[in-house]
Amino acid sequence: MTQLSRPVPLASGAESPSVARSFRTGFLQALPFLLVLVPFALLFGVVATAAGLDLAQTMGFSVLVLAGASQFSAVQLLSDHAPVLVVLASSLAINLRMAMYSASLTPWLGRAPAWQRALIAYVLIDQTYGMAIQRFERQPRLTIPERVAYLAGATPVLCLPWMLFTYVGATAGQMIPAAWPLDFAVPITFLAMTAPMMRTLPHVAAALVAVLSALALSGLPSGTGVLIAGPLGMAAGAVAEAWQSRRRIQRSG
Amino acid sequence: MPGYSDATIWLVILALGIGTYLIRWSFLGAVGDRPVPDWAQRVLRYTAVSVLPALIAPLVMWPAATGGQPDPVRLYSAAATLAVGLLTRSTLPAILAGGTVLGLGTWLA
Repeated sequence: MTQLSRPVPLASGAESPSVARSFRTGFLQALPFLLVLVPFALLFGVVATAAGLDLAQTMGFSVLVLAGASQFSAVQLLSDHAPVLVVLASSLAINLRMAMYSASLTPWLGRAPAWQRALIAYVLIDQTYGMAIQRFERQPRLTIPERVAYLAGATPVLCLPWMLFTYVGATAGQMIPAAWPLDFAVPITFLAMTAPMMRTLPHVAAALVAVLSALALSGLPSGTGVLIAGPLGMAAGAVAEAWQSRRRIQRSG
Repeated sequence: MPGYSDATIWLVILALGIGTYLIRWSFLGAVGDRPVPDWAQRVLRYTAVSVLPALIAPLVMWPAATGGQPDPVRLYSAAATLAVGLLTRSTLPAILAGGTVLGLGTWLA
C-alpha cells in the first residue's frame, strides 16, 4: 500500500530536480479548478448540441477556441441568427481581456524560447493565467525553465478535461428531454461569471451601463446591440476608474 | 444548426480560434517586454464585465422561449444567480442556485 502513495516519478531526463518540482506543483495546484471546469465543459457540450451543432463542430469550439465564455456567446448568437461578423466581433471582444493576460506575463516569460511562448499562448485561459501570475509574483526568483515547467504541469489538468467533458456533454446532451429550459443556461452562466467580477465601483459602473444600453438597443437586429452596449460599458468603467484615481490623489495630496 | 451552412459554422470556429490565439499571443509573442499603455489597460480591464452582461440582458428580460414576454421563472432564476454570485464571489454556487430555481419553477409551473 505504501507503494501507491509515493509520488509518481516524472520523466524529466536531464532536467534539474527543481524543474520537475515546478511541474509537479503546477499539476497539483491546478486540480481544484476541475470542480468548476468540468461542469462548465459539460454544459457547453449540452448547450452547443441543443443549439444544433454537430459533435465535430462542438469539439472544434473546445479544441480550437479553448475559451469558455466566448464559446457560449458564439453559440448563443448563432442560435439568434446573428450575422457572422457580429458573432465574431462580440465573441472576440469577450476574449480581449486575454491581451491583458499576455501583457502581464511577458515580463516573466518574455525570454523563454519563442516556441514555448507560442504554446503558452494557446493554453492561456483564465485559470492558467491566474495560477501563473500568483506563482511568479510570490516566487520572483524562479528561473524561466521553472516558470515554464509550472505552466506545463498545470495545463494538461486544465485544458484536456475542458475538451474531454465537452465531448461527454455533447454525447450525453442528446438524451436531455426537449421540455428542459436549456435556452436559459447561457444567461445563468454569464450572470454567474459576471457577479463575482463586481469588485470595484468602476466594474459595477461598466456592467450597469452595458446592461441598460443593451436593453435600450434590443430593437436592433440580433446581436448588434452588444457591439454598441459593450464599448459603452467599457468606456464607463474606464471613466469611473480615472475619476476614482483622481479623487484618491486629491485626498492624499 | 439551422440558418447557417456547415461551412459557415466552421468559418466561425476557425476565425474565432485564430483570432483568440492571436490575442493571447500578442504581447507574449510579438510585442515582447514593452509596457502596456495606461488607457489600453483601463479599457481591457472592463471588456468581459461589459460584454458578458450586455449579451444576456435582453435574453433575461424578453426570452425567445416565451415569445418575448417577461417570464417570472426566468427572472427569479436570474435574480438568484446574481444574488448568490455577489454573496459567494464564486461562479459555481451561482450557477447551481440559478439552475435550481429555474428547474423548480419550470417543474411547478
